[in-house]
Amino acid sequence: MQTYDLEANGLRGLNSALQAQSAATNQTSWEVVNPKGSHAIAVGLDAPIEVTVKGSTGYYCGGMNQQATVMVEGSVGPGVAENMMSGQVVVNGDASQYAGATGHGGLLVIKGNASSRCGISMKGINIVVHGNIGHMSAFMAQAGNLVVCGDAGDALGDSLYEARLFVRGSVKSLGADCIEKDMRPEHLEILKDLLDRAGCDAKPEEFKRYGSARQLYNFDVDNAAAY
Amino acid sequence: MKDMDDQIPRTLPIQSATFTNPINAEIRRAAATGIYDIRGGGAKRRVPHFDDLLFLGASVSRYPLEGYRERCDTSVTLGTRFAKKPIQLDIPVTIAGMSFGALSGPAKEALGRGASEAGTSTTTGDGGMTPEERGHSTKLVYQYLPSRYGMNPNDLRKADAIEIVIGQGAKPGGGGMLLGQKISDRVAEMRTLPKGIDQRSACRHPDWTGPDDLEIKILELREITDWQVPIYVKVGATRPYYDTALAVKAGADVVVMDGMQGGTAATQDVFIEHVGLPTLSCIRPAVQALQDLGVHREVQLIISGGIRTGADVAKAMALGADAVAIGTAALVALGDNDPKWETEYQQMGTTTGAYDDWHEGKDPAGITTQDPDLAARLNPVDAGRRLRNYLKVMTLEAQTIARACGHNHLHNLEPEDLCALTMEAAAMARVPLAGTTWYPGKEGF
Repeated sequence: MQTYDLEANGLRGLNSALQAQSAATNQTSWEVVNPKGSHAIAVGLDAPIEVTVKGSTGYYCGGMNQQATVMVEGSVGPGVAENMMSGQVVVNGDASQYAGATGHGGLLVIKGNASSRCGISMKGINIVVHGNIGHMSAFMAQAGNLVVCGDAGDALGDSLYEARLFVRGSVKSLGADCIEKDMRPEHLEILKDLLDRAGCDAKPEEFKRYGSARQLYNFDVDNAAAY
Repeated sequence: MKDMDDQIPRTLPIQSATFTNPINAEIRRAAATGIYDIRGGGAKRRVPHFDDLLFLGASVSRYPLEGYRERCDTSVTLGTRFAKKPIQLDIPVTIAGMSFGALSGPAKEALGRGASEAGTSTTTGDGGMTPEERGHSTKLVYQYLPSRYGMNPNDLRKADAIEIVIGQGAKPGGGGMLLGQKISDRVAEMRTLPKGIDQRSACRHPDWTGPDDLEIKILELREITDWQVPIYVKVGATRPYYDTALAVKAGADVVVMDGMQGGTAATQDVFIEHVGLPTLSCIRPAVQALQDLGVHREVQLIISGGIRTGADVAKAMALGADAVAIGTAALVALGDNDPKWETEYQQMGTTTGAYDDWHEGKDPAGITTQDPDLAARLNPVDAGRRLRNYLKVMTLEAQTIARACGHNHLHNLEPEDLCALTMEAAAMARVPLAGTTWYPGKEGF
C-alpha cells in the first residue's frame, strides 16, 4: 500500500506517480489522504491499479480513467469520471453535476445521489446510481447504460441517442424524444450484471427502461417545436 | 394621342435597396420550404476588413531593410506561459481546426502535408484525431470541443497542443450539425453514433460552465498531459476584451480569436451573417486585454477569420497578433471552388466562388465530402503542395511588407506602421485615418 498525503505533497506529484504506473507495476494499491476537495485527483490513469481517496474531492476526480479502479470514501464534485474509457470509479457519497460526462467505457458507481446532467453525452460508459439523479440527466447520451435505483429529475434523456436508461423509481418528466420502452430479456441481463457489479441489491424487474424514440435523428422542420 | 403617349418619358424600374433580388429570392425559398438556409463558410457580407488598412512603409524617418538581402524572421513560439514544450513554428500562419467528417480524408491529409512542409501546425476538429492526420502533421493541435466526439486521453497525449473550443467566429454561441448524408461508417464509428443520422455538436461544454470552471478544466487537462503541451482557448469574436482576459485568468497559454468571416462546415446563414464581430474589430481589444494584464507576447494571440494574403497576415500582426490561422483560404488552396468544376457547380445551381453547400457532401472538388468517389478526386500530395506554396507566398508577402517598414521580424510590425482608409476601419483598428493623426475615439482632440 502506497500512501500519498495530497495536502503535504501536492497534486502534480500524485498524478505523476499514478500515471507512471504500468501494467507490470507491483505498486497496485494506493491511498490518498487529505484530499480536502482538491480538483483533478487521479486523472489520466492508465494502469490496473487501485486508488482509494480518503475523503471528498473537487472537480473531475478520476477523469479520463483507463484501467484503474478509483474509490472515493466521500463525495465528489462536478465531472467525476468524465470521459472515462475503462476501469471503475466508485463514489461512496454523493456526486455533483455531470457525473460520468462523455464517458466512453468503464463503470461509474455512485452510492449516494447524483446531481443534474448525470451521464450527459455519455458514449459507452455504464453508470449505476444507488440514489436519485437530477434534471437533464443523460442529455444527448449516445451509448452505454445509466441505471438509477432511486428517482430521476426533470427532462430525463433529452435528445437521447442510443444510450439505455433504467430507472427504478419515479421520473419527474422525460426530455424530448425520450420514451419508455419494453424491457426485454436482454435488458434484464444487462441490468442484473450492472447491479451485481455495483453492489446493489435491487431487482432488475423493478426497473423501467427508457430510450430514444428516434424521431429527432434527422432534422425535420415539422419537429421544430420539439427542439 | 397614342403617338404622344409614346413620347412621354417613363419612370425606370427601380429595384429596392431593402427588398433586393437576393432577399426576395430568400423569402420565396423560405416560403416554399419552411426552413432556414444552411450553408458553409463565413460571413459574405461586406464588413470593415484588412483591405481598409494600408501600410505606410519607410520614409525619411524610417529606413527599410533590403528586400533580398537582409533577414526578416518569421518564426513564432506558441505556448511559452506554462507548457513544458511550446510549439515552434517557422511561419506565423497556422491551419485552423476542421474536422474529419466535415472534410474528406484526403483533404485532411493534404492539410497536414502542406502545413508540415511549410513549417506550421494544423488542427483537428469535431470528431477526433485520425491516424492519417497525426501521421502527416509534424505539429498537430487537438481540439477539445463540446461534443467530445472521438475524445480520448491517448490522442490527447499525442497532440502538440490542445485547443479548448468555446466558440467559432462564424457562429459564436452556436453548436453545429453534421448532416446525415456525410456520416459514413468511419465517421459514425469515430463519433459513437449511428450512420446516417444528423450529428449535433453541442454549443457548450458538457462538464463546465463559466471561466472559474474553465480554470479547473485546464488544470485537469494539464495534469493528464503532464503540463507538456500548450493549451489554447478559442473563442468566437463577440466580447474580445473580456473573453481574452477571462481566458488568461483561466490559465490559457494561447488565445485564438475568430472573427465572423471565419468559416464553418454548416450553420444557418442568418447566424453566420448576423452574429459576431468582424475580425478587424476584435484584435485591438484582445491585445489591450493582454497588455492590461501584462501578458502580451507571454500569452500569444492567434487571429483568424478572413485571412487571405500576406498583407492580411502582416496587418493582423501589426495590430498585435502573434500569429494567424486560416481555414477557408487553405481549402481554396487545396482546390475548393476551383473554376475547373464550374459545370458541376452550375448543375447544383451555383457557380465558382459561391459554392457553399458544404454540408450536403457533394463537393465536386472532393474536399467537403465523405463520398469516396468525390473524395478520390483530390490528390493529397498535389493538394498539399499547393497549400505549401500558398503558405510560402503568404509568408514572402508579409516579409516584403515588414522589410519595407524597416522590421527584421514580423513580430516587430506595429500599429504605427498602419493607416486606415475608412472611418470604420480607423475606429476598429485604432490607427489614424489616412493623411491624419486621428482615429475615432482617440483622446486629446
